[in-house]
Amino acid sequence: MPKANVTFEDVNVTVSVPAGTRLIEVSEKVGAGILYGCREGECCTCLTKIVSGYEHLAAPSTLEDQVLKDNLAPRHHRLACQAQVLGGNVIVKPA
Amino acid sequence: MSARADHATEIAPGVHWIGALDPDLRSFDIIVKTANGTTYNAYAVRGSEGVAIIDTVKACFADEFFCKLESVARYDEIRVIVLNHLEPDHTGALPELLRRAPQACIYISTRAKQMLKGLLHGDSLDFTPVTTGDTVSLGDRELSFLHTPFLHWPDTQCTWLADAGLLFSGDIFGCHFCDSRLFNDAVGDFRFSFDYYYAHLMRPFRERVLQALELIDALPVSLIAPAHGPVLRDRPQHYVRRYRDLSISTLKNEASGVKTLLVFYLSAYGNTRTMAEAVAAGAEEAGEPGSIRVSLFDLEVGEVAPFVDLIEEADGLVFGSPTINGDAVKPVWDLLSSLTAVGLRGKLGAAFGSFGWSGEAVAMIEDRLRGLKLRVPLKGVRAKLIPTETELEACRALGHGLAQHLTGQAEEQIIDMAALA
Repeated sequence: MPKANVTFEDVNVTVSVPAGTRLIEVSEKVGAGILYGCREGECCTCLTKIVSGYEHLAAPSTLEDQVLKDNLAPRHHRLACQAQVLGGNVIVKPA
Repeated sequence: MSARADHATEIAPGVHWIGALDPDLRSFDIIVKTANGTTYNAYAVRGSEGVAIIDTVKACFADEFFCKLESVARYDEIRVIVLNHLEPDHTGALPELLRRAPQACIYISTRAKQMLKGLLHGDSLDFTPVTTGDTVSLGDRELSFLHTPFLHWPDTQCTWLADAGLLFSGDIFGCHFCDSRLFNDAVGDFRFSFDYYYAHLMRPFRERVLQALELIDALPVSLIAPAHGPVLRDRPQHYVRRYRDLSISTLKNEASGVKTLLVFYLSAYGNTRTMAEAVAAGAEEAGEPGSIRVSLFDLEVGEVAPFVDLIEEADGLVFGSPTINGDAVKPVWDLLSSLTAVGLRGKLGAAFGSFGWSGEAVAMIEDRLRGLKLRVPLKGVRAKLIPTETELEACRALGHGLAQHLTGQAEEQIIDMAALA
């Protein structure tokens, strides 16, 4: 199975994950400081800065895209409960 | 001048209070006590080209609200409905207001859409999202908006009426204090209610309060019209300053610039205490001398409130508890259930404990810390009855690791997701 590496910069932990893993599936387990609210892509609590490797994430869904716009999310920010890692190296930190 | 339950009260030229008095309320949102009841403040602003309604009231007081509104405006004059905050105590009369004034446009903060959707359940919601700098004209006067989120919900905003120097502040500067005399220089002594309201609603968001005050400080405020409690017409700046005072650290930290780690423990036979001392020692040994301040507290004999004050200022929290009947011990839960009163974002958490049989407490505390949105990067330490030297070394390593995380010296870990299961 294709793998990817996700680095949670605030706790200095890199996790090797299967392609398709969402950030939410890993971030709490390593104690990263990304906060979650609804966990369904609506509340924007888990807004996360993609420090590098943005291109290795699946494109945001229509819903996520709208929530990011509604909340005036800066460029290269995603919802950790939605964003799926497809491959390569991705570095993230809480927004 | 007293407010009358059956009539609007003018608070500034062309601006009327059209809210409701709820003197019998004794508990607000379940968690806030209200010895003096509360008010649901709503306002009508008349301009040369229409009327704006600022907030509404709790649904069961809608009749009072509409009675007052009808005394100062016709429904067909209402062009603007501003919702500074969409909790039901301010939006209870909104559906009926929209039915009576269907031509009115709703102005809400950029974060409020999902809440409006939850209230109105329409397929196509018609509203205008606004943020700092946006304005809406009423002809000869203009409302402008201040983006002030998390005071105390994500959707909150303030509305400014420049020609009157009037800030419609929403929940900030409010309090649960019902007095029909309405104005702060006429009502009874509400100082306690003002501070109590801050402590229960705003304190967890004090950094957001300070950000909002930066916006508000730039305005020549001569009148504050909050969503609850007295209208602040006498020395309104006093209340702005009071918010600033309340938002500054409760405890002055003489170790400013030094990372702080608090180790709380409960111990029936001294085993969890021994572990606590090892955690603290491990943290003390990490990093440069003086780079971290570690404190040990016996939870069995401590009061919750002062510990909450300490935790608000701390960078890391560690909880040690024995397991009794499959659970952590009550004082731990008493403290952990009191922490929603303060901001915890970015703090580090961990747990440890001795146990006699099954030892569930450590994992339960870790789950609760994650639930409180703390970072829990290091696995806790459990010891059956008397901790061995190896287990005490694990406690020292836990303290050491926490200190390294706090001081930014944590070594990079590379792990496989399968190991996290």
